[in-house]
Amino acid sequence: MPHNQKHKDYWRKNLQYLAILLSIWFLVSFGFGILFVDELNKIRIGGFGFGFWFAQQGSIYVFVALIFIYVWLMNRLDRTFDVHEKEEKQK
Amino acid sequence: MNVQAWTFVMVAASFAVYIGIALWTRARNTSDFYVAGSSVHPVVNGMATAADWMSAASFISMAGLISFMGYDGSVYLMGWTGGYVLLALLLAPYLRKFGKYTVPDFVGDRYYSQTARLVAVVCAIFVSFTYVAGQMRGVGIVFSRFLDVDINIGVLIGMGIVFFYSVLGGMKGITYTQVAQYCLLIFAYLVPAIFISMAITDHIVPQIGFGSKVVDGSGKYLLERLDGLNQALGFSAYTSGAKGTLDVFFITAALMVGTAGLPHVIVRFYTVPKVAAARISAGWALVFIALLYTTAPSVAAFARTNLLDTVTDAPYSEVPKWFKNWESTGLIKFEDKNGDGRIQYTGPASEIDNELFIDRDIMVLANPEIANLPAWVIGLVAAGGLAAALSTAAGLLLVISSAIAHDLVKRGLNRNISERKELITARIAAGVSVCIAGYFGINPPGFVAQVVAFAFGLAAASFFPAIILGIFSRRMNKEGAISGMIVGITFTAAYIIYFKFMRPELNNADHWWWGISPEGIGTLGMLLNFVTAWFVSAFTPAPPSRIVEMVDSIRIPRGAGKAHELSA
Repeated sequence: MPHNQKHKDYWRKNLQYLAILLSIWFLVSFGFGILFVDELNKIRIGGFGFGFWFAQQGSIYVFVALIFIYVWLMNRLDRTFDVHEKEEKQK
Repeated sequence: MNVQAWTFVMVAASFAVYIGIALWTRARNTSDFYVAGSSVHPVVNGMATAADWMSAASFISMAGLISFMGYDGSVYLMGWTGGYVLLALLLAPYLRKFGKYTVPDFVGDRYYSQTARLVAVVCAIFVSFTYVAGQMRGVGIVFSRFLDVDINIGVLIGMGIVFFYSVLGGMKGITYTQVAQYCLLIFAYLVPAIFISMAITDHIVPQIGFGSKVVDGSGKYLLERLDGLNQALGFSAYTSGAKGTLDVFFITAALMVGTAGLPHVIVRFYTVPKVAAARISAGWALVFIALLYTTAPSVAAFARTNLLDTVTDAPYSEVPKWFKNWESTGLIKFEDKNGDGRIQYTGPASEIDNELFIDRDIMVLANPEIANLPAWVIGLVAAGGLAAALSTAAGLLLVISSAIAHDLVKRGLNRNISERKELITARIAAGVSVCIAGYFGINPPGFVAQVVAFAFGLAAASFFPAIILGIFSRRMNKEGAISGMIVGITFTAAYIIYFKFMRPELNNADHWWWGISPEGIGTLGMLLNFVTAWFVSAFTPAPPSRIVEMVDSIRIPRGAGKAHELSA
């Protein structure tokens, strides 16, 4: 597989997606759930302090969403750059 | 029917299903045995991954831990789910494209070095055995409490079942058994949670009930009430916790990264047919895991409330039956220090001596009894706990047997071994591993709980950086990777051994470096590994061009075949 310009561009775009998604990943867990938990706990939603909710519930929902967004982005990117997997014939 | 009869029925029925599946999915070749022929549907693989991942620790221990730790328990919730984001985004698709059978395969090939492979094999085996020992203890607890059989016989029965379907079916048998086990364990987890949520807050969804008002007429929110109960007894408030912020940060990071570096989880992504399938499969796995992990903190809060309501100042002569039942297993102990015949259960800030010891592991298992749920629910929970323990044990045993048969024998000692002989070797290795795991279940080493921190720290400080650098750096060479792994492991192991085994009396925040506990030190070990690897690789020769080509190739999805043996 030659390392050509197309593949370089594909990889750069992939790294951009990763940077954005992992920033969100960091923000909701380490940010909202740990570093800013006390400040956020002053906001109440039902019986939850907002920081506590992120630490025990919210971050997990965001994690799930992040993976599905990543899958969607990457499948689109694979097609744009024509590096997606073709339907393989059974060996 | 009484509790014991229901438990027997549930456990026997579930075991019959596992055996049936094993007979239906026999492995015919090494590809079936190691990676289920790489033909598993992503949703099915996600479910199997979830069962593989959620062990006795997740099912039996976690909610109990959280109910005693409150906010601090969040480290497990975020740590053991956030790792899947790393896995899906940074590891799974590329490892699938690489297309081999095991983690040491990747490390050995990418770093063109038998030494690197050997280091990886040793880490994989150590991490996996640590885990298996914990699972077998879970099996023993369930059997001894609910079926009234000797713990040892319970462990032997569990071993027999795992032996049967993992040796016969390999990864293929394990995968389909794990699907059945997931269904059982999630049902067994949700049913009591829903019942209890309805009883305490009148909400059918535990995740919402957790943040709702209690129905006792006080008009208070559940968490408010729990904070109050905790503080009145001298514990720290449920929603704020006692650990330092930096420590919580480091423990969460170590668990996340450790999760992404655990060989039995990574290997599951070799079993799907395509790179795209590996990505989505990690997503499904997390959906199935999140179902339990978002329920667990609710269960924890309900269990804590029920427990405090039941035992606080209760006369010992009038305690409910579940209390006596668990007392007989030694997992609840009461000592009437002030001789007033009542139970004083108090925390560190109280002036009254605490008289009650409760093993955190029993909270989930005792929860249905504490909440007075019907007998069949209790039987279901017992069967669910066994499913969680057995599914994880089987996945780990497969990692051990493939590390021995494939990485050690086929790729190391005897490269000319035939496919048929390799399969036999793998089966024998699986059989021997089951026996060793069973030994640890019957004679649990006192340090099982302590070495769990070790396993995560080790995975975080060794595998994770080596694999990440192997994919994301074209320049990383064997000198860098090997020295990074050695520095990471040595540092992490030294810190843990010092505080856990050599000087346990110093194991507190005053003596830790920057307040980082041994549970969280793997994060620092990982950072050291990265730094060392970069530094060393900058001063040593670049990897050969065929390795650079390999890195370029794993970054592009197209061309992933079935997991296969390179003929080179």
